[in-house]
Amino acid sequence: MASIPGPDACPPTVRLNYPTAKLSLFLLLSLSSGPHYLIKKDRERKHRKPASKTGLPVWMLGMGAGRWEEDMSHLLALLFRQGVLDEHFMQLQQLQDESSPNFVLEVISIYFRESEKLLRNIRTLLLDRECTDYRKIGVYLNHLMGSSSSIGANLVRNVCVAFRAASEHCNWAGCLRSLAVLEHEYCYLKNKLHELFQIEQQRVLAAGVRYHPLLQ
Amino acid sequence: MTVEEKRGIMGREGGPGENFPVGMRVLAVDDDPICLKVLETLLIRCQYNVTTTNQAIKALNMLRENRDRFDLVISDVHMPDMDGFKLLELVGLEMDLPVIMLSANGETKAVMKGITHGACDYLLKPVRIEELKNIWQHVVRRRKLDRKERRCLDNGEDCEKLQAANSEGTQATDANGPVNDNGKVNKKRKDQNDEDEDDYEEATHESEDPSNQKKPRVVWSVELHRKFVAAVNQLGVEKAVPKRILDIMNVDKLTRENVASHLQKYRLYLKRLSAVASQQANMAAALGGRDTSYLHMGSFNGFGNFHGLTPFQPSGVSNRTNPKLLGLPGLAPGMVQIGQTRNNTNIPMNDLSKFQHIAVPVNQHENLFQGIPTSLELDHLQQKQKGINELNNHLQGVFSGPSNSNLICTTNKSLLLQGHQQQTQLRGIGNQPPVAIRSTGVDRLEMSSVVSVHLPDLGKCSETWQNTPSLNAYGVNSLSTGVPYNDDSMISSNMGTSLTSTVAQLHGNPLNMSSNNLLVTTQDSLIRHDMQCQTSSLGGTTLLMSSGIADPKFLSFRSLGNVEQKSNDPKQQNALGPNIAFSSSCNSTLSNQTLLNNVAENQRLKNRIYNKKIDTIMINQPSFDTAFITQYAKTDKSHCDNRLTFCEDNMFGASKMQGDFVSNNCNFDDLMNSTIKPERDDIGFVVDGELGSDLFSLSTCL
Repeated sequence: MASIPGPDACPPTVRLNYPTAKLSLFLLLSLSSGPHYLIKKDRERKHRKPASKTGLPVWMLGMGAGRWEEDMSHLLALLFRQGVLDEHFMQLQQLQDESSPNFVLEVISIYFRESEKLLRNIRTLLLDRECTDYRKIGVYLNHLMGSSSSIGANLVRNVCVAFRAASEHCNWAGCLRSLAVLEHEYCYLKNKLHELFQIEQQRVLAAGVRYHPLLQ
Repeated sequence: MTVEEKRGIMGREGGPGENFPVGMRVLAVDDDPICLKVLETLLIRCQYNVTTTNQAIKALNMLRENRDRFDLVISDVHMPDMDGFKLLELVGLEMDLPVIMLSANGETKAVMKGITHGACDYLLKPVRIEELKNIWQHVVRRRKLDRKERRCLDNGEDCEKLQAANSEGTQATDANGPVNDNGKVNKKRKDQNDEDEDDYEEATHESEDPSNQKKPRVVWSVELHRKFVAAVNQLGVEKAVPKRILDIMNVDKLTRENVASHLQKYRLYLKRLSAVASQQANMAAALGGRDTSYLHMGSFNGFGNFHGLTPFQPSGVSNRTNPKLLGLPGLAPGMVQIGQTRNNTNIPMNDLSKFQHIAVPVNQHENLFQGIPTSLELDHLQQKQKGINELNNHLQGVFSGPSNSNLICTTNKSLLLQGHQQQTQLRGIGNQPPVAIRSTGVDRLEMSSVVSVHLPDLGKCSETWQNTPSLNAYGVNSLSTGVPYNDDSMISSNMGTSLTSTVAQLHGNPLNMSSNNLLVTTQDSLIRHDMQCQTSSLGGTTLLMSSGIADPKFLSFRSLGNVEQKSNDPKQQNALGPNIAFSSSCNSTLSNQTLLNNVAENQRLKNRIYNKKIDTIMINQPSFDTAFITQYAKTDKSHCDNRLTFCEDNMFGASKMQGDFVSNNCNFDDLMNSTIKPERDDIGFVVDGELGSDLFSLSTCL
């Protein structure tokens, strides 16, 4: 899987719920067929089933992938409810198939890259109150709107619309405010999408574990 | 992408295959990598053959090197290297491929612009797969229409009815249907043709099933088109038949069908221009309120050699030597429209010489080339007329100052200005004039009303103004776009004034002149009323008429410039800003004629003149170098209350028309002289790319 760009530009507002590091360590240990060492969380206790022949907890045998999927759908539902994402994101996901397995990831990565560039440019344009080129801001905004709406980033797009109105009225203060909101929303989106990708990674990992020869 | 390209190349060439629309070859152009990637994937999902590029230039090259390589083009509107609309026009003209525009901006103006530039569809981002599943219909429709057109044109029939019938896209939409239908239709047409053909030697050609026939596409390069236009001009646009054009052009490897279809497109284009022109003219008329009888086509004829495509020669029109008022072909139709719409004003078209058209192609995106497509502007005009009348009343006494007889407003402009509701840009101008000329909602109108206020001394101007209508026919379009004029009617008055100055007799009032000028067209009421106001310095504004391309706004703009309230000195009056000269000549041949550039350098209308800097950029029609020049006006508010914001950056190879009047410093003397003296042949058309002068919005005329 391609590496996901970390949320470097945004303040770290997200705390991962899953101890991914611990998990990978655990996997490693288990697969090396050493003494199994379970990191038990309360949640896991609930789901603990009798160990299989290999001694690994059942949830490690690929059925844990369900959990990741559950988490993913929870997160997605939340984002949809909040209006951060809309149905175009679903369309994007549907476009991912065997012929383009990492489609969503690639597109989102490009989106992050481009958007950050645009946001930086806009901020630069707004530095000088006297000679702000509102038209250019409008052009950048248009660009951002187009790409955000293409991937389903609904909230970011709506903020862009408001921003555009401010720029059309050549309202410098309004533009600054809008830019602040835009950057905030963009960061939130980025963090959530990162989270989503990480869940997806875990899910794939967990699903893959099931087919590990050592576990058969 | 390479894979896709290969797939595309391996695809069928020519007509639709059995599996159509599967495998339809699409070229996608977008500078945004995300949208491009998403679009590409969606199109692949729809089972089309997709080629993508993020540069318009590359796309054009790809298209040019092999016209049969693609069936459809999808292009974004905002691209850094080339404007999407320009690409659209080029593709439409040269390659005759259906083009779909894509944009995040869904405002009506933008969509309208896309359609007027010839897009067969306008999609909004984010694109949905359902919409993409249907885009193949455009390919089918165009194929069908092309075949019919060619047959018709070859026969010399009027294919427009056919086109109209087909334009709704009512062809069978199932995949296999089109082929069969085409065959049937073609056969039917052939039969009809056989019955009434006169010199239809190639009937045998048509008897083959066109859908199987592969005709190598002809690329209409600039040179070729120039020849074509020259040939058409020679024959007369109304009378041109493909066979004769072909003979005159004398280009081998060009078939009659090619010429026929190109002629069809060309005519449509002219119509579009004239529609714009007529709007402008209507605007002008509104201001001037003169009888626009002259506006009828007949009047065109009266102008001498004016005929469709040829430059407007004012010879017939006025005793004064008129600078080459561009007889933009577009004007003709516009003029006609003007005549129809209303008018009580008699704007004698005779004195073209006096008129200097202000072609202000303010339009941002719309280069004159587009014009205002519909004639609904005429309707608007009518509405405006009422408004104008009211305005006129207001105007009385408001404006004073020397009238600028030199003001020649292309009627088109005023008409267009008035008529065109979409030309919101005029609004900006409208605000300016203090006179509360309320146009009925058309921004343009306002311009006209404003113009009327400043009427130059009637004595001088009267006759000349009459001519303006003819000039106005030219696409005042230039003004239409981009300039956000406020809704004050001032603009209209401005227009009127500019026009009126040229108009000879406005109802006998001194003010009439002013009203005439812009309006030349139909609105005489306005003008009349305007007449009552003192004609002010309409003077300086020289209008540039561009052949059909002039932005109406520009026109009005100019007229505003002309309206100078204060002094009788014509010089002063042209405080009206910049002359926005646009000449868009339809043909390359128009270059000499076209521009009446109104470089209203008289900027700075002291009172209430909008002083906006208008930088006009001549924009040439993409395909023809000299042909179309549209000016792009940027206004910068300097004195005006109103804000004209011309934001358009349309730059298509600007070509400058050199005229006597140089921007920024209106040579009022010259203007005056030019209008008064018939001997002057050249009323300065100055078309500068950068007017730089404080162009004021039309409304500033007041």
